[in-house]
Amino acid sequence: MKGAATDLPVLRPFRAPPVAATGWSPVALASAGAGATLAILFAGSLAFAQAAGGAREPAYVAVMRWTPLIVQGFLFNLSISVLSMALGTAVGAMFGLGQLSQGAATRRLSWAATQFFRNAPWLVLLFYAMFLLPFEMRVAGVTISFPAWAKAVVGLALPVAANVSEIVRGGVRSIPLAQWESAESLAFTRRQTLWMIILPQAVKRMTPPWMNLYAILTMATTLISVVGIQDGLTITRAALVAESRPELMMPMYLLLLLLFFAYCYPIARATLALERRFHVKG
Amino acid sequence: MASVHRLGEPVVVVDGVEKSFGATPVLRHVSMAVRRGETVCIIGPSGSGKSTLLRCVNALTPIDKGSIVVAGREVHDPALDKLALRRDVGIVFQQYNLFPHRTALQNVMMAPLHVLKQDKAEVEARARRLLDKVGLSAKLAAYPGELSGGQQQRVAIARSLAMGPKVMLFDEVTAALDPETKKEVLVTIRDLAAEGMTCILVTHEMGFAREVADHVYFTDGGVIVEDGAPAELFAAPREPRTKAFLEQVL
Repeated sequence: MKGAATDLPVLRPFRAPPVAATGWSPVALASAGAGATLAILFAGSLAFAQAAGGAREPAYVAVMRWTPLIVQGFLFNLSISVLSMALGTAVGAMFGLGQLSQGAATRRLSWAATQFFRNAPWLVLLFYAMFLLPFEMRVAGVTISFPAWAKAVVGLALPVAANVSEIVRGGVRSIPLAQWESAESLAFTRRQTLWMIILPQAVKRMTPPWMNLYAILTMATTLISVVGIQDGLTITRAALVAESRPELMMPMYLLLLLLFFAYCYPIARATLALERRFHVKG
Repeated sequence: MASVHRLGEPVVVVDGVEKSFGATPVLRHVSMAVRRGETVCIIGPSGSGKSTLLRCVNALTPIDKGSIVVAGREVHDPALDKLALRRDVGIVFQQYNLFPHRTALQNVMMAPLHVLKQDKAEVEARARRLLDKVGLSAKLAAYPGELSGGQQQRVAIARSLAMGPKVMLFDEVTAALDPETKKEVLVTIRDLAAEGMTCILVTHEMGFAREVADHVYFTDGGVIVEDGAPAELFAAPREPRTKAFLEQVL
């Protein structure tokens, strides 16, 4: 459409050329380096365990035997992270919009809840959720049970919600006041302005910090092993206890680290890429 | 010195308006009247309260004292129907303030569609007509970021016109533009004035004010120092302050 109107390059919208058209970008190189370092460490520790094990069963056989279980535990961590993020985002968006409300009571309440949960240690909140939530609840004759994993989801969703609340507030505040004014002069109501004009622009700016928060949450899901849930970390520890071979500690924990790295690193990369793209577009 | 015209039918009547920001007075007993179809320019040095006056007419800024009546509606009545007022009064800002996530056409269509709840086909036809009128029929699908300053400003004018206002306010709309694009915008406003739209412009374009305005107000320090027909005010200013200002800018 723009191409048909003019061939003058200056009149076409500016598109930044891809960063790594021919070679590897520095960021890609660094990430490949980090991945390779972890892999080499893993291989090295495996070789070391092999040597230290002496006449016993080869280390890689022992690690491979436990790998399916550890991966299964890791997938459980991921499920918890997705559920906590969904719940935290829903509640956090409500708090965030509440912080921007014109009603003083709503605004103060949302602000207080946000500050409280944002400045509390995640593990303490998790303990609270585990021990304060009942294991089952009767609502109008129907029994709803809260298994441990559901309580963990709630416990992790609390700090996530507080952080999402701040992301939403910051994103909305980052849109120039002139946009509000312009909408006001066109007789849009405050609600219409927020939903049709401000939020569509703000969501773009909220996405990178939101993804960053998700990566942090994913890594923080290993906290649930402390409250006795069978996650990736619990299973790895149990495997080590069962094997009772100290030289397996390095390769086994590194395996779990590699799994988390492989999942979280691409998210971090995508976050960076989005940040750069939105920065160029303003 | 400010006088209230008694000719014709006034659409905007400003009477004894006072406004301070904190301890700084920005409008001191300002009065003016603008008749239907009239084009009025407000000139004066920066910080003389010109923009504040426009914003008060649109109820974007509250006043401390006095009264502003637009199309028979007291603007600073707490029970004012703001939607009705803003339907009647369009405003165009110096920095365009288009909605960057919507195309030119969508920018023009949004308010009639969602605020006035008008029929979509009818709104779209009107929006196309208005964008054609401001010379942008080839840019309907362009986003604000893909348009020049002058083009964005003309979209902003079309966007205001889409609400069918009785009065248009222009707040230094060419101040951020280069001389060439400035002209496109001024021509658009001149055509609008020639069609009989009531226009109030805050401007630094003296040549434009002289050519297009029916009446010119010179403000300084929150006071209307002098007002009159452009031919008189520009050729033979009565007040020494006006004379000094015009000598500087002309």
